[in-house]
Amino acid sequence: MAVERPAPAIELINVSRRFLSPTGKSLTALRDFTMTVERGEFVAVVGPTGCGKSTTLNLVTGLASPSAGEVRVMGAPVKGIDPRIGFVFQTDALFPWRTVIENVMAGPLFRGKSKAQAEASARDWLARVGLARFAQHYPHQLSGGMRKRVALAQTFINGPEILLMDEPFSALDVQTRVLMHEELLRLWSEAKASVVFVTHDLEEAIALADKVYVLTAGPATVKSVYTIDLPRPRVVADIRYEQSFIDYSRTIWADLKEEVETSYARAAA
Amino acid sequence: MTDATVNITTASFRPGTSDAEIEAAAAKAAARRRRTVTFWRLGILIAFLSLWEIAGRMAWIDPFFYAMPSTIAGRLYEWITEGTSEGPLWYHLYVTMEESVLGFVTGSIAGIVIGVALGRNRMAADIFSVYIKVINSIPRVVLAPIFIMILGLGLASKVALAFVMVFFVVFHNAFQGVREADRAMIANARILGASDWQLTRSVIVPSAMSWIFASLHVSFGFAIIGAIVGEFVGSRFGIGLLINIAKGSFDAAGMYAAIVIVMVVALGAEYLMTLVESRLAKWRPQPLHETQ
Repeated sequence: MAVERPAPAIELINVSRRFLSPTGKSLTALRDFTMTVERGEFVAVVGPTGCGKSTTLNLVTGLASPSAGEVRVMGAPVKGIDPRIGFVFQTDALFPWRTVIENVMAGPLFRGKSKAQAEASARDWLARVGLARFAQHYPHQLSGGMRKRVALAQTFINGPEILLMDEPFSALDVQTRVLMHEELLRLWSEAKASVVFVTHDLEEAIALADKVYVLTAGPATVKSVYTIDLPRPRVVADIRYEQSFIDYSRTIWADLKEEVETSYARAAA
Repeated sequence: MTDATVNITTASFRPGTSDAEIEAAAAKAAARRRRTVTFWRLGILIAFLSLWEIAGRMAWIDPFFYAMPSTIAGRLYEWITEGTSEGPLWYHLYVTMEESVLGFVTGSIAGIVIGVALGRNRMAADIFSVYIKVINSIPRVVLAPIFIMILGLGLASKVALAFVMVFFVVFHNAFQGVREADRAMIANARILGASDWQLTRSVIVPSAMSWIFASLHVSFGFAIIGAIVGEFVGSRFGIGLLINIAKGSFDAAGMYAAIVIVMVVALGAEYLMTLVESRLAKWRPQPLHETQ
């Protein structure tokens, strides 16, 4: 391990992950997968649907373990669920029987903070995502975008050093999604966390990330890595009309398209 | 009925109709609908009871076997004011309720605890599922004579029967509810830092609660069945005993009167349960009221 530089936030080294299908057959989701996420870096992972993108995130959380290879977080091998990790889910993972503020308080309470401390911190985070007025509402009373903001507050309140996001905004409409991108970039620049953002939306990946990993059709492995050299702070709503953005988009899409077509042909066969 | 509603809405949709007018028309239509529903509900009940009464009086059916609403009402009145041949009605009702409630409470608690425990532990579930299946296949009422032989004619044997009636229903629902708990929600709680016990208490059990409540609705009825069947087979007090005695003396009105009492009690319990449930489930979206 290097002395002068801290270890990368996340390392996946030649990782493979196999599942057993219900009929007892072995299926490979990931094959020889290698990825490094530096501290404070924003990495996006794109690939065809169902190729195993989400599996990479589960390996980092410790909810799943690799069949071969090594997963390291902050320089140490993953053992169980790391408290420095935060996760934003694709589906609604809020607890519907708790009010908004009780949802945000969940993390600190689970981690043994006092109720008063948790509540004060939750109020602060609700204010930061602009939902202070909705503290006593239940999730079903909020719109999809507001529920996502609650989910962000619920995750950020724990002060994660690593933030994993599994297609978090894919269920939102396009306008709300752009607002959520701005919100996420703002929270990220304050929190200085390392992010892995899984998505199938290439423009979303380019607009947000420092690096874009393109995966092959399943079993997934890294096809290519692109460094996105767009200046920050970025304005997500406008960046997509800049020439450099369009160039990135065209280059990476040419790469991704082959995999999408392979995946599609396989599904149709 | 439907025609009337449609007419009101189409009539009020002329251009220039204010929102207030449309709302007033809708409120009127809703009120009219409620009145119609109440009218038919009462009408059908009255028609049924009158037909029964007339059929008995005209000797189309034999009142000796089928009784008549008037004689049943008379018997109820007599039981309430003078008591039954076996003592005050209230005491019998009290005994049956005590048995049902005790069986219901113990059976539900045991069902929830064991259901959640097995739902959370796959290995234990695989091992015990076969036994639960076997025991579940026994029709519960055949246990009544055994319980009475072992536990005697008193309270314990009826509570035991009500317990087994309730336990399996609640157990199955609690188990299923735990299994159906949303995976993303569980993963979310674990990453937020929940320990196993915190996960069970604050995620698994609340999300299984709607399943559990569905079973509690049915199982209070089952608890009453257990208590009454137990009383049939052997007891000194209770509504089941009253029915048994009425049967022995060919007192049809007495049997029906006892049924009416049980019906009222079961409906009351159901009402209370719904009240508790809607208080606990205030987080759930309210269904939109159907006005049409």
